[in-house]
Amino acid sequence: MATGHGDAKAKATGAHTEADGGHHGGGFPPFESTYFASQLVSLVIAFVALYIIVSRFALPKVGGVIEARQNAIEGDLAQAQKLKDESDAALKAYEAELAAARSRAQAIGNETREKLNASAEAERKALEDKLAGRLADAERQIAATRTTAMGNVRSIAAEAAGAIVQRLTGTAPDAAAVTKAVDASLKG
Amino acid sequence: MKIDPIHQFNIEPIITLGHIGKHTIAITNSTIYMFVAVGIVGLLMLASGRQLIPGRMQSIAEISYEFVASTIRSTAGTEGMKFFPLIFSLFMFICVSNLVGIIPYTFTVSSHIIVTAALALLVFFTVLIYGVYKNGFKFFSIFVPHGVPGYILPLVMFIEILSFFLRPVSHSVRLFANMLAGHIALKVFAGFVAMLGVSLGAIGWIGGVLPLALTVALTALELLVAFLQAYVFAILTCIYLNDAIHPGH
Repeated sequence: MATGHGDAKAKATGAHTEADGGHHGGGFPPFESTYFASQLVSLVIAFVALYIIVSRFALPKVGGVIEARQNAIEGDLAQAQKLKDESDAALKAYEAELAAARSRAQAIGNETREKLNASAEAERKALEDKLAGRLADAERQIAATRTTAMGNVRSIAAEAAGAIVQRLTGTAPDAAAVTKAVDASLKG
Repeated sequence: MKIDPIHQFNIEPIITLGHIGKHTIAITNSTIYMFVAVGIVGLLMLASGRQLIPGRMQSIAEISYEFVASTIRSTAGTEGMKFFPLIFSLFMFICVSNLVGIIPYTFTVSSHIIVTAALALLVFFTVLIYGVYKNGFKFFSIFVPHGVPGYILPLVMFIEILSFFLRPVSHSVRLFANMLAGHIALKVFAGFVAMLGVSLGAIGWIGGVLPLALTVALTALELLVAFLQAYVFAILTCIYLNDAIHPGH
C-alpha cells in the first residue's frame, strides 16, 4: 500500500531522506519532500525551455499566420469593394448612355414626325387649294351658263309675251314695255 | 485485489543525477511528463501548418493563441500583452499536463503541491517585481482601497495585505487540490469495478456497472476540470498582473 511504497523509496534514496527529517513517513507522495528539489529543478528547466519555445518561435509564428490571414481577408475585401465600385460605375455609365440614346431616339422620332406632318399638311393644303380653284371655276362656269340661260329665257319670254299680247289684243305691243314687264315678273 | 488511489502520485526516480546539498536531484517520472507537456505544446505550436485556411492542428494552435490573447486583453488590457508569452506558457503547460494526466497509467505533474507552488510563486514575484519596477511606491496603493472611512482603513489595509500575500497559497492549492482530488476519486471508482468483478463473480460484474458509469462520467468531468483549472490559473494570473499594471484600480 501507500506506506509500503514510501518505505521502499526511502530505502532507495538512502540517507538523504533520513536527513530531511523523515517527511516521507506520512506516505502521501505530494507532501513528500524527498523529490521536491528534483521536481523544482525539472520544472525550472522544462518551464524555461517552454517559455523560450513559446516566446521566440511559437507565438511569433502563430501570430504571424493569424495576421497574414487577417491581411489577406482585408485585402480581398478591399479588392471586392474596388471591383464592386467599378461595376457600379460601369452600370451607371451604361444607364446614362442608355438614357441618352433613348432621348436621342425620341428626338429623332419627334423630328421625323414633325417633318412628315408638315409635308403632309403642305400636300393637303396644295390639294385643297387645287380643289378650291376647280370648285371656283366650276361655280363660275355654272354662273355664266345660268346667266346665259337666264338671258335666253328673258328674250324668249319677251318674244312670247309680245306674241301673246298681239294675239289677244291684235296690236303689237311696245317692245320696251314688254321687256320691262318680263323683267319685273322674272324678279318677282 | 488492492486499491491504492495514492500510488499514482508516487515520484519514481529513473536516473539519479547528483546532489545539491542534502537534496537528491534525479530524473523522475514527473520530469518525463513535464517534458512531455513541453514537447506537446512545442509540437502543436511549431509543427502546425501556416495555411490560410487552417487544418485541425493549426486550428487548435490558433484557437489557443486567440483564447489566451483575448483572456489577457479582457482582464489586464492591451498593456497586459507584454506578459503574453508567460501566461500562454503557464496556461498551455498546465492544460496539457492536466490532460495528459487523465490518460490511465500516466502521471499528473500538477498533482504535486511543489510544482503548483513554484508556478504560483513565479506569478507572485512577477507581479510584485514588475509592479514595483513600473509604479514605484505607488504600487502599494493597491492595499489602500478608495472611499473607505478612516477609522476602518487600518483593518481593511491589513486584510488587503494579508490577502495579497495569501494569493500564492490559494493560487497553488486550488490547482493542486483539484487535480489530486479528481484523480483519487477516479481511481477509487475505477477500483470498485475491478474489485466487485474479481471478488463477487457474475453478481459483481452486474454490480460493477454503476461504478463503471460513474468512472466514465468522472472522466468527462475531469477533462473539464483539467481545462478549467488551467484557465482559472491563467485568468487569476491576468487579474494579479492587472494590479501590477494598473495599481490605481
